[in-house]
Amino acid sequence: MAEILVLVDHVDGAVRKTTTELLTLARRAGEPAAVFLGSGIDAARETLGRFGATKVYVADAPELNDYLVAPAAEVLAQIAAQANPAAVLVPSTPDGKEIAARLAVKLESGLITDAVDVAADLTTTQSAFAGGYTVNARVTHGTPIITVKPNSATPEPAETSPAEENVSVSVSDAATKAKVVDRAARQATGRPELTEAAIVVSGGRGTGGDFSAVESLADALGAAVGASRAAVDSGWYPHSHQVGQTGQTVSPQLYIAAGISGAIQHRAGMQTSKTIVAIDKDPEAPIFAMADFGVVGDLHTVLPQATEEITKRKG
Amino acid sequence: MKIVALVKHVPDAAADRTFNEADHTTDRTNVDGILSELDEYAVEAALKIAESGDAEVVALTMGPDAALDAVKRALQMGADSGAHVADDALHGSDAVATSAVLAAAIQKIGDVDLILTGMASTDGGMSVVPAMLAERLGLAHVGFVGELNVEAGSVRARRDADVTETVEAALPAIVSVTDQINEPRYPSFKGIMAAKKKPVETWSLADLGVDAGTVGLAAAWTTVETVTKRPERTQGEIVTDEGDGGAKLVEFLAGQKFV
Ligand SMILES: Cc1cc2nc3c(=O)[nH]c(=O)nc-3n(C[C@H](O)[C@H](O)[C@H](O)COP(=O)(O)OP(=O)(O)OC[C@H]3O[C@@H](n4cnc5c(N)ncnc54)[C@H](O)[C@@H]3O)c2cc1C
Ligand SMILES: Nc1ncnc2c1ncn2[C@@H]1O[C@H](COP(=O)(O)O)[C@@H](O)[C@H]1O
Repeated sequence: MAEILVLVDHVDGAVRKTTTELLTLARRAGEPAAVFLGSGIDAARETLGRFGATKVYVADAPELNDYLVAPAAEVLAQIAAQANPAAVLVPSTPDGKEIAARLAVKLESGLITDAVDVAADLTTTQSAFAGGYTVNARVTHGTPIITVKPNSATPEPAETSPAEENVSVSVSDAATKAKVVDRAARQATGRPELTEAAIVVSGGRGTGGDFSAVESLADALGAAVGASRAAVDSGWYPHSHQVGQTGQTVSPQLYIAAGISGAIQHRAGMQTSKTIVAIDKDPEAPIFAMADFGVVGDLHTVLPQATEEITKRKG
Repeated sequence: MKIVALVKHVPDAAADRTFNEADHTTDRTNVDGILSELDEYAVEAALKIAESGDAEVVALTMGPDAALDAVKRALQMGADSGAHVADDALHGSDAVATSAVLAAAIQKIGDVDLILTGMASTDGGMSVVPAMLAERLGLAHVGFVGELNVEAGSVRARRDADVTETVEAALPAIVSVTDQINEPRYPSFKGIMAAKKKPVETWSLADLGVDAGTVGLAAAWTTVETVTKRPERTQGEIVTDEGDGGAKLVEFLAGQKFV
């Protein structure tokens, strides 16, 4: 069976859940081979093997850290040229998409972005037009390059002891033109990551700037916290938590929107959630039209009551 | 300094967007088109740089005849000139081909110092064309930029991607911007009048030296097999809070096994 390259998404070797999802999807279509770029392989090895990587390509060089994505794309292209894989799966993160874009040009291959499913024959499923359509597509030229959104598969363990191959890295001058002079550390909130969470509780302009009721309900449910652009633009919540067209796309089991009217740009980021709940004091708010359950009321009383009730039930 | 702002003409998200039944391409004829909202931020960023120094702004689009409207809008906002790549052979081009055509157009414009683009087009929404252009033109690309400074032959940008980064690159470079970067202006009456006199070039593939056989639907490296309209979400139960809204909410959640 041909290899399916999976680009590992990790923070200093801490493998993010998307990677185990991609390994699970890759197993349908071939032999998953993980590509680990940067430092921290010692911390990652066990997870990659547990989720079925039959091989791990490891490449580390300072350029991978010091410059934006172009060096990573170059290394991935080198590995792909050597491994001749049946496909390359890349996480649909901002970095992942840029790497995939450059790789498509380098390998002269078709690219599909934001897949939510990849079949054994490498047919993909995506959403189009803000979740209004479902599209099935295929790459017809070169090595299929597919970026896959978080939460697209349930990671299934398949214990292996992968062979490890160290890849020597040579990075061209062309790839070292965008220098990273400062990088913020990933903020640990103690809550699940927005795009990975099974439940998301989001607040909008209706919070009036006080997210404490949203956060308390999120914590009672073990959920991630999201925000509308109005709330982010007002400086009430960090941009990294914005849900929507220009923020994150989430597709959780349960999405709770509190004080969010439901503009199309917001819907674009949450429309494919399994169950949608809305709390808004305006019965005419468009969000109710897509809600499986809605409460017309003030979120500052409804959310705390719900939180208290959940805490009571948990005993 | 010469700045190219990439402007894509897209079906209005507020309209009922759909696909052509015959070939599964985006319907660009029966749905009202607009300048992709996210490209307005790129145009605004270009104009801000031009206003604070000495720069000319060229708005560039690739698309059918109607795509000229995207260029016109940029000219009304204040861009100096426009370029429109139009050719029947382009129908159905994928991102890889689009990037090849735009790269050829940028080379034809010549002596470009900075290319500004939106973070994603609001129809395809792939966020890949700028990085592909960078790959083809051998330039730096800084994506998802929420804050941008251009001085002394280089750019310094805040990139809001997986984490926040500060990035530096020498010009020429490609920068794609987010909706955090500025507040795009509305064209003024004066701007609308002035736009009528601004020069717009129209180029065919032959003008760019691009082989028509390498673009369009037949040459695309991806194919859409099926397109299915997702059933409209239907409204469930909506209750009005009468002091028990939170409790009712939890009852629903418990019924769905979330609690
Ligand atoms: C190019 C572009 C990109 C965009 N990208 C995004 C994006 O990624 N994500 C996004 O969210 N938006 C995005 N937007 C903005 C979007 O159009 C809306 O402006 C935004 O989503 C509105 O946020 P909101 O629902 O919180 O605010 P509003 O629309 O003002 O709604 C607030 C709601 O809160 C209710 N409310 C007020 N007080 C209370 C209370 N005490 N209790 C209960 N309810 C209350 C109100 O009745 C109202 O329904 C984008 C816009 C543009 C032009
Ligand atoms: N046909 C086009 N004409 C002009 N600019 C485009 C075109 N396609 C993409 N772009 C630019 O590239 C950005 C990203 O597009 P995409 O990769 O399609 O999401 C857009 O915001 C535009 O600035």
